[in-house]
Amino acid sequence: MSKYVLIQSKSPWESGDIGHFYALASELQKAGGEVTFFLAQNGVMGARTGAKDAGLDELLGGKIRVLADDFSLRERAIEAGSVKQGVRPSPIDEVVDLLAGGAKALWH
Amino acid sequence: MATITIGIMDPPYESANTPTAFRLVEAAIRKGHNVNVFCYEGATALGYAGQKQHPNAVHGASLEEEDHPNPKEWIESLLAFAGEKKVKLVWCNCGLCVDERGVENQVEGVCRGSPVDAWKYAEGSDGVLLIGTE
Repeated sequence: MSKYVLIQSKSPWESGDIGHFYALASELQKAGGEVTFFLAQNGVMGARTGAKDAGLDELLGGKIRVLADDFSLRERAIEAGSVKQGVRPSPIDEVVDLLAGGAKALWH
Repeated sequence: MATITIGIMDPPYESANTPTAFRLVEAAIRKGHNVNVFCYEGATALGYAGQKQHPNAVHGASLEEEDHPNPKEWIESLLAFAGEKKVKLVWCNCGLCVDERGVENQVEGVCRGSPVDAWKYAEGSDGVLLIGTE
C-alpha cells in the first residue's frame, strides 16, 4: 500500500484549488493509499471548531488521518481542545517520520 | 537512519514556508536522519552572508533589542546541529539562481550545485518534499 502525506499550508478560504487538494487526498485513499493530511501554517484555520470548511469536514471521521501542526496552532492562539473532532494536533515530527518511511509527499 | 530531501523555493523574509522548512530540517536531524536541502530560485538567498540585522525605529528598539533573526544564522545553526548529531546535512544552492541574484557570498557549509544534484538527492532519498512557491 502506498503511503502519502499531503501538507496543506494555505487557509481554506485563500484559494479555490484547495478543494481540489482535499479531493486528491480522498481519491488517493479510495485508490488504496494510506493517506495523512497534515495541516500547517494557515492550513490549520479550517480545523477550528465551527470553521466552515466543507472540504476538510468531508475528510474527517473517515480513513484519512488528519493532523494539525501544533506549532501553527499555537502561533494562531488555537488551543488543542478547540479543534474539530477528527483532527489531531501533532508535532512536525510526524511529517519527518512519514518521509523517512518512504511516504510520497505533496505540499500545497 | 533515513535520508530526506527537501526542496525550498521561497526567498528569505517572505513566506511562512521558510520557517516550516527549517523546522522540518531540524526535526529530521534531531531524529538522526541525513538531510539534503536543495535551494532553488529565491531560496538561494537564504544563506547569503551579507544579511544584516536592523533596529526597529517604529517600536523604538535598538539593533540589539530587536535581535532580528536572519536565515543565514538558522542555516549555520542547522549545519552545526547536524555535526553534533553526527548526521549529514547537505545545503545546496542552484548555482545559476545564485548568479542571477548575485548572492555568491554564502555562509560556510553551503554548497553550489545544479538541478542535476537535486535529482540525484531525490534518487538517493527515502522521502522527498518540494515546498514550492506560488
